[in-house]
Amino acid sequence: MTVAALTSGTERAISTPRGGRAPPGAYLAIAACVAVIAIMAAPMALSFLASIKTAADASAVPPHYLPQALSFENYAKVIHFQAGLAAYLSNSGLVALMTIAACIVLAAPAGYGLARFAMRGKEVAFLGLLAPIMIPYQALLTPLYLDFARVGLVNSHLGLAIVHTILQLPFSIFLMRNSFEAIPREIEEAAMVDGCSAWKRFTRVFLPLAVPAIVTVALFAFINSWNEFLAALIFMNRETSFTVPILLVSVRIGNHGAVDWGALQASVVISIIPCLAVYLALQRYYVSGLLSGAVK
Amino acid sequence: MRRSRTIPQWPGWLFMAPALLFVAVFVLIPLGQLVATSLSDRSLLGGGKFIGFANYWRIWNDSSFWRALEFTAKYTLVLTPILIGLGFALALLTVDNTPLKRLTRTIVFLPVVIGLSSSSLLWFWLLDEQVGLLNKLLVDLHLIGEPIVWFATADLAFWAVVISITWKVVGFGMVLFIAGIQSINPDILEAALMDGASYWGRVRLIILPLTRRVLLLTTLVSAIGSMLAFDQFYIMTSGGPRGQTFTAVYWIYQNSFISFKLGYGAALSIVLTFIILVFATMQIALTARSAET
Repeated sequence: MTVAALTSGTERAISTPRGGRAPPGAYLAIAACVAVIAIMAAPMALSFLASIKTAADASAVPPHYLPQALSFENYAKVIHFQAGLAAYLSNSGLVALMTIAACIVLAAPAGYGLARFAMRGKEVAFLGLLAPIMIPYQALLTPLYLDFARVGLVNSHLGLAIVHTILQLPFSIFLMRNSFEAIPREIEEAAMVDGCSAWKRFTRVFLPLAVPAIVTVALFAFINSWNEFLAALIFMNRETSFTVPILLVSVRIGNHGAVDWGALQASVVISIIPCLAVYLALQRYYVSGLLSGAVK
Repeated sequence: MRRSRTIPQWPGWLFMAPALLFVAVFVLIPLGQLVATSLSDRSLLGGGKFIGFANYWRIWNDSSFWRALEFTAKYTLVLTPILIGLGFALALLTVDNTPLKRLTRTIVFLPVVIGLSSSSLLWFWLLDEQVGLLNKLLVDLHLIGEPIVWFATADLAFWAVVISITWKVVGFGMVLFIAGIQSINPDILEAALMDGASYWGRVRLIILPLTRRVLLLTTLVSAIGSMLAFDQFYIMTSGGPRGQTFTAVYWIYQNSFISFKLGYGAALSIVLTFIILVFATMQIALTARSAET
């Protein structure tokens, strides 16, 4: 399911009477849609246009809507900013990859255990696994920082990935559990007849059927880790270990105090592109993840 | 007898063990440490003497914290209805699957997947009084005489953040509401149509009541997000002017990691956790119910 094409079939009864001409309301709706698109698309479009202005043009007062001349000056500046853009992209990328791996490795078996076994006390364990929803991670940053400082996990990709996994785990487990629950019992019973152990049933039968849920888990882990700000601000406090969101703030501060608007918008565009690309490529999974739990 | 009854159930624990261990080590133990720290005078430089509930007494008298909490509550109370109302209006507008409406949905949803730091810096630029294009547009349209200095007063700064966040997350509610509306049994809507119910009649008497649960859940999720707001204020207002736009999380960050008063920051965190716990419990109860039905 994509945002563009959520489920269909009911919509014809919602606003348009069947048959007949389009009511006058339909033209109003079209005008409203065009206005909404213009308002919602403008900020990112203008940011992109500002990023390809010359540095002087980007800081011109009063500003111009469109670039006076095409230039990649701002991008060149961001590429060589402090430790270099490559370092910051790889910091963010590594943390996101570790978060994805941790979420899958922890949530897939946990979801399977929750969905396919009936142990006593399971409900309590499930609530325990959802604890990170009830306890905001913002509150845990102080003790985690002190612990991580002791064992060298501050300014470490692994350390930040652990924090991001805390953030992402309840949702991931919830999603995996739902996905495993939806698999018909007959498939499991056939595997049991063949003498498969619980582990083999999990890896050979269940995991392959849960690939869509795994993709969804990975997608949310990527986007949320890539964008997470507060923990990155606290845990990655050395110039070389910044992630992209922290890079953005540093670019604004710049080297001399005055804001370098062109470089700032170039870095905003750079930070946005991976999210949009991944989202547009995997829209279907994103929306199904968003809807799980919220709508039956 | 069903064959499945005879298989052992205990391996379920083995599958859950890694996740349970992770939550114990990285959530429950730190939570215990947080409680212990909140009862001490620990700072980032040392300390750690047990001082009982002294930090909590200090919170009681810390007018800055109460002001931050009040500001956060105001932010939540203003923003949440805007997000839900606009989100629902956009859902009604784009619920049909025509190409234009699909495009509208996709465009409205795009800002949801970008970072708060990106969107905050984007709006910080658009709203700037010198280089900001929104100011220029408003002047060019003769809606204002001269550029607005958004971040000079707490009131305008507040609205600047509200505008930017509305742009950023309104698509989230919209998508959930569209799914909610589309899951309504079409027969009910057809029947109402036959009975001559007007468009607004159908919205008020059928669509709103039948999407109540999604509305409630989205309200809770939005409210929790707003109560924990930090990034947008850190980036756009830095808590200013004169500390008037500190949120609860920002004030905790300020105490713990700028002033290094870890014990006090921990006590503040505990207070915030209790507040969020109330909202989150309702959210989980609602989500669990949806999984059953």
